[in-house]
Amino acid sequence: MSTVYKAQDLRFRQVTRLCAVKEMLNLTNDPTARSRSLRNFEREASLLATLAHPAIPQVYDYFTEGDHSYLVLEFIHGKNLLAVLDETPGFLPESRVVNWALQLCEVLIYLHSHQPQPIVFRDIKPSNIMVDDKNRIRLVDFGIAKVFQGEQKGTMIGTEGYSPPEQYRGVADPRVDIYSLGATLHHLLSKQDPQLEPPFSFRERPIEKVNPSVSPELLAIVYRALEYDINQRYGSAMEMYQALANLRPGETSAPMFVTAEIVGGRAPTPLWEFACEDEVRATPTVANGIVYVGAYDNNLYALDAKSGKFIWKYPAEGGIGSSPCVSQGRVYFGSQDHALYAINAETGQLLWTCPTGGAIYSSPRAQVGYVVFGSDDHKLYVVNVISGRVVATFLAEAAIRSSPAIGEDVIYFGDEAGSVYAVRVSGQTLWRFRARRGIISSPLLTEEVLYVGSRDGYLYALDSHAGWDLWRYRTSEPIVSSPTIGMGAVFFGSADGHVYSVNATNGQLIWRYKTEGQVTSSPAFYEDTIFVGSTDRSLYAIEAKTGHLRWRFPTGGPVVSSPCISEGVVYVGSCDHRVYALPI
Amino acid sequence: MTARRRAGKRGASPSELAITRYPRAAWATDVGRVRTHNEDALLVLNASQEGEQALPPFGLFILADGMGGQRSGEIASTLATRTAAAHILQHLYLDALISPELSAAQPSVSEVLEEAFNQANTAVSTMVPGAGTTLTCVLTIGRRAYVAHVGDSRVYLLSTGGAEQLTHDHSLVDRLVELGQLTADEAASHPQRNILYRAVGQTGRIEVDINLHTTSPGDRILVCSDGLWGLVSDQEIVRMVSTSSSLQEACEMLVEAANLAGGQDNISVILIEPPGI
Repeated sequence: MSTVYKAQDLRFRQVTRLCAVKEMLNLTNDPTARSRSLRNFEREASLLATLAHPAIPQVYDYFTEGDHSYLVLEFIHGKNLLAVLDETPGFLPESRVVNWALQLCEVLIYLHSHQPQPIVFRDIKPSNIMVDDKNRIRLVDFGIAKVFQGEQKGTMIGTEGYSPPEQYRGVADPRVDIYSLGATLHHLLSKQDPQLEPPFSFRERPIEKVNPSVSPELLAIVYRALEYDINQRYGSAMEMYQALANLRPGETSAPMFVTAEIVGGRAPTPLWEFACEDEVRATPTVANGIVYVGAYDNNLYALDAKSGKFIWKYPAEGGIGSSPCVSQGRVYFGSQDHALYAINAETGQLLWTCPTGGAIYSSPRAQVGYVVFGSDDHKLYVVNVISGRVVATFLAEAAIRSSPAIGEDVIYFGDEAGSVYAVRVSGQTLWRFRARRGIISSPLLTEEVLYVGSRDGYLYALDSHAGWDLWRYRTSEPIVSSPTIGMGAVFFGSADGHVYSVNATNGQLIWRYKTEGQVTSSPAFYEDTIFVGSTDRSLYAIEAKTGHLRWRFPTGGPVVSSPCISEGVVYVGSCDHRVYALPI
Repeated sequence: MTARRRAGKRGASPSELAITRYPRAAWATDVGRVRTHNEDALLVLNASQEGEQALPPFGLFILADGMGGQRSGEIASTLATRTAAAHILQHLYLDALISPELSAAQPSVSEVLEEAFNQANTAVSTMVPGAGTTLTCVLTIGRRAYVAHVGDSRVYLLSTGGAEQLTHDHSLVDRLVELGQLTADEAASHPQRNILYRAVGQTGRIEVDINLHTTSPGDRILVCSDGLWGLVSDQEIVRMVSTSSSLQEACEMLVEAANLAGGQDNISVILIEPPGI
């Protein structure tokens, strides 16, 4: 504990000589420890009095009165850097920070070359650095007050924030100050106070993420000073000074954060393309070496997965916006003509149709013996796969365009009124959750959590047993894209143009990637890559872990179809009427 | 020592039901052998509602370990526990009793937990300035266990596979261990092992670690203050819990073990058996 007073030295009566008087309370109770503290104080005060550097305030005197010890110092007209930073709107100019850093290196060079022993300051931080009106730096508050601190007992909150890891092992190497200077520069450039952040989290909080105007050269210097391993840092203040002096402040370079979006490999060359007669909005499905895909030209196409050669097509009486489902030699798909079709997967011959009262956009899901799908007539249908006979229906409040997710005995689906339902085949409703806007995104069931997007812009994580909303993640536009999961993350797109990766357990954002259009296509996850389309006409391949672009493949129309991956090949449809097969 | 110990009602023994439909819990708290007063606070609540429209079994378990001079530590821990519990019960249980409809108009479980911790934070920083407390909350909804946490109290998932720590200590030494700058043994005896970088009672909004776990039948969840984990090894904890004849006996054995190891701090434990179905 210490207090600093602004005082006037009355021994110089003719002039006004101001000084700073630092008062310290001796907190040690034990008489031996007490006298040891006093001896340490006198030794430190004497050492300070011998220092002569323009950036170090002069010591005029010291004395002790009872419990209190005092140090009389040169008075500095100025502000500490913490105050300067607080008063600055936006960020400090890089050139100004580099100028301070150079001055700080100079004073460290002086302290570290002190004989017979280098002086390690140990407490470099913005509040201990003052700057006067001529932009000159002073290092104040040599840690002399610490000699009076008693042993700390009990749990305390808050860390020093600027100290390197080895300082907690008692290491007092001059390179301790290099780290603290790096931490100070990080704070000055990012405006993030490390005392309010987890200790040693500078790496996780890169400066360029909040302040993209900082040059990569300066960033490299700060990050080298902040290396946790003492041997990876600059070997001396002189070395860091030279690196800083080599910068040419004022010259700005391209912000680093956009590079991730520009960089990326070359787009792959398609293995084949197949032209339909109208838009392909539905997701292709691959089974037994055949790609099945529906188009708005009313046809369901069967194409050879390797060559893209046409095998057969089946004409419905309306456009096909629903994705086919293949199971046990049968292809099921719905059409705008209100019917669900069951086709022989090999020959393309019709097996049966199931008429409903509305257009079908919901993609069917096949379960043992049943196929389940929704219709614009507000009903969910459960149909026998052999006969096409309706086994059960559930009436929702609005059109069902979302495709159902099927768990153990439970079917989950959403409707255009915004409800998510969990129903048993026996007809019992387990629960219902109401989002604020319609559900068109298909729910994803995994690990007993149901993930679903809504037109209200939220991705919801619902407890599949009880329907409780475990967490939700907000985007700024409707979510039509269906979520997919991998590596502990949920991936989905939003009409706000981004592809998102959020932690599947707690809903925290991991990364997001901005495309130039809306992302209504549902991402597909394969190995370590996310594939997703955008209305900006491209198919994107994004690194699942980092959100960095791998490649971008341009098509001739918006890509609202979701990619499908099979044996190292991505299949996707586009509104340019084509189906593309691309190597991963 | 027994005279100073307070303990929960005897818990159900495993023989009563092979698999329970509801969470069961026992607890114990003790001042230890060095401190003069107990700065820990806890709350245990189990709610069941059956009928035509049942609510899932609901359990709320909170533990707080206060810090601060002149008895402000125990005021902080109690205040944080009560403030957080009141908010969670209001928004996750009472609201559900009044209107069972699930909708986006209600906040999500994560949002409620985060807000509960922030209200506790505001309450402590305004009413007991200078004091602080850890705050750890386990919320069970059916077999889902939500863990919300700030500070260095811990939650363990005890299963046949051993003890898995579900929380991360917000302590300086834990970060140093992560960075490879200290070994776990060095951390355990480090002079600054009691420095937390995050706790309830600090200024501004508080960041809360929130995680979800799905439990399997037979799993136990242990919530404890550093008075236990600082003195009794994970292996010992697993051994005692698995060999005890009841949840309550296990709690008492754990406290006893910490006292035998020195009882340097207050010791609090809550042992939860989540519903098996």
